[in-house]
Amino acid sequence: MIKENKNIKSNSDKMEEVNTNTSAKMTKEEAEQNGMILFVSKSEEKEGLFSAANRRLLTDPLNGDNPITVQILGICSALAVTVQLEPAIVMSLAVIFVMAMSSFSISLMRNIIPSRIRIIVQLVVIAALVALIDEFLEAFAYDVSKQLSIFVGLIITNCIVMGRLEAFAMSKPPYKSLLDGIGNGAGYGLILVIVAFIRELFGSGKLMGYEILGKQAVDPADSTGLYALGYVDNGMMLLAPMALIVIGILIWLQRTKYTDLIEEDA
Amino acid sequence: MDYLNLFVKSIFIENMIFAYFLGMCSYLAVSKNVKTAVGLGAAVIFVLGITVPINYLLDNYLLQPGALAWLGPEYAEINLSFLSLIIFIAVIAAMVQLVEMVIEKFSPALYDALGIFLPLIAVNCAILGGSLFMQQKEFYNISEATVYGLGSGVGWFLAILGIAAIREKMAYSNVPKPLKGLGITFIICGLMAIGFMSFMGISL
Repeated sequence: MIKENKNIKSNSDKMEEVNTNTSAKMTKEEAEQNGMILFVSKSEEKEGLFSAANRRLLTDPLNGDNPITVQILGICSALAVTVQLEPAIVMSLAVIFVMAMSSFSISLMRNIIPSRIRIIVQLVVIAALVALIDEFLEAFAYDVSKQLSIFVGLIITNCIVMGRLEAFAMSKPPYKSLLDGIGNGAGYGLILVIVAFIRELFGSGKLMGYEILGKQAVDPADSTGLYALGYVDNGMMLLAPMALIVIGILIWLQRTKYTDLIEEDA
Repeated sequence: MDYLNLFVKSIFIENMIFAYFLGMCSYLAVSKNVKTAVGLGAAVIFVLGITVPINYLLDNYLLQPGALAWLGPEYAEINLSFLSLIIFIAVIAAMVQLVEMVIEKFSPALYDALGIFLPLIAVNCAILGGSLFMQQKEFYNISEATVYGLGSGVGWFLAILGIAAIREKMAYSNVPKPLKGLGITFIICGLMAIGFMSFMGISL
């Protein structure tokens, strides 16, 4: 398995031990050992609302610690909703909301959740938030909600939410968990939007439903824009497997640029 | 014959992995070698085969609009469908726990084989996806739902078995460095999915 994932796993294992004692008493040395930014509640009060460490929580998941391309979390729903840009954006917003709120509320409850049943507690919190989103979309964005169909419901089992709750929110104070939730949700959304952008642009020549490459008509003489020059959409891009291949290529590009992400033993 | 059609359809044409990308996270993480892949795949078949029919019953006699009519005419107006997400996931989490305990009691060998994969399955999208698709498809009776659940599980099993076999062989090939590991797995999975698309033309 990938390096980062192991890291998280071992971190969360350690967290668990600490958690059963009382997470607030974690010492700084331990925190440094874990290689993560941890603060005991005292030092947190002194810390600014947008200190460097807090900003890193938001920006790290966008690239070096991206949930999809590096942590392999939350791929399930990432692929099926990226045929068009609009559902991808709605989906990203939904995930950001669910991640932020669930991280925040789990973090508030982290000291009273018995570790044996924590998965069920987490699932119930997530499921309640997702049900909220589902009803909201059905009421105010019916078309998009039809397009996303079961994938809104599947945010519940989106590993990214559970993964961050286990690895971060169960052991950190609420404000940091909120930032971590937003950051990871945004990192997920970023990949979703990039993939949807590529697929919609090359697959149907549109963005958000607008025909930005011109209009394609049955008779080539009636076409406008690029289509008048003989350009043809790549229907392949609309097929589901292309989402996988596009993400594969994104990973390739990212790792060519940031060589420290390369897996040696794989 | 209908059952056979449904079974084949849910294995090949509506394959959980290649048509809907459900359960991708564990699919990519646990497909390094064939042995563990078989363990996880078997556990998925098992749990899907149990949870889909249970959720079918819950959906038809509790959650759907008017489903409570069997309690008496005054309940016929009640619509509990907004609860379905929470109920489904609770059933899945509980069933996984139960299945784990039963297997541990009666078949320690199987328990050792499945090991850590059972708890992992509670958060496998394919399981919840199976129940949600079942809700969308409106099956006529419980045996259809069971066949659908088993078929989806077998489809998932085949998919993970295939990619695990390919990844084992890939150790001998010369993959560009940045593409190693996750990247090439994505691309292989995409190619496999294109292969599976050839089943789409079959009408059953």
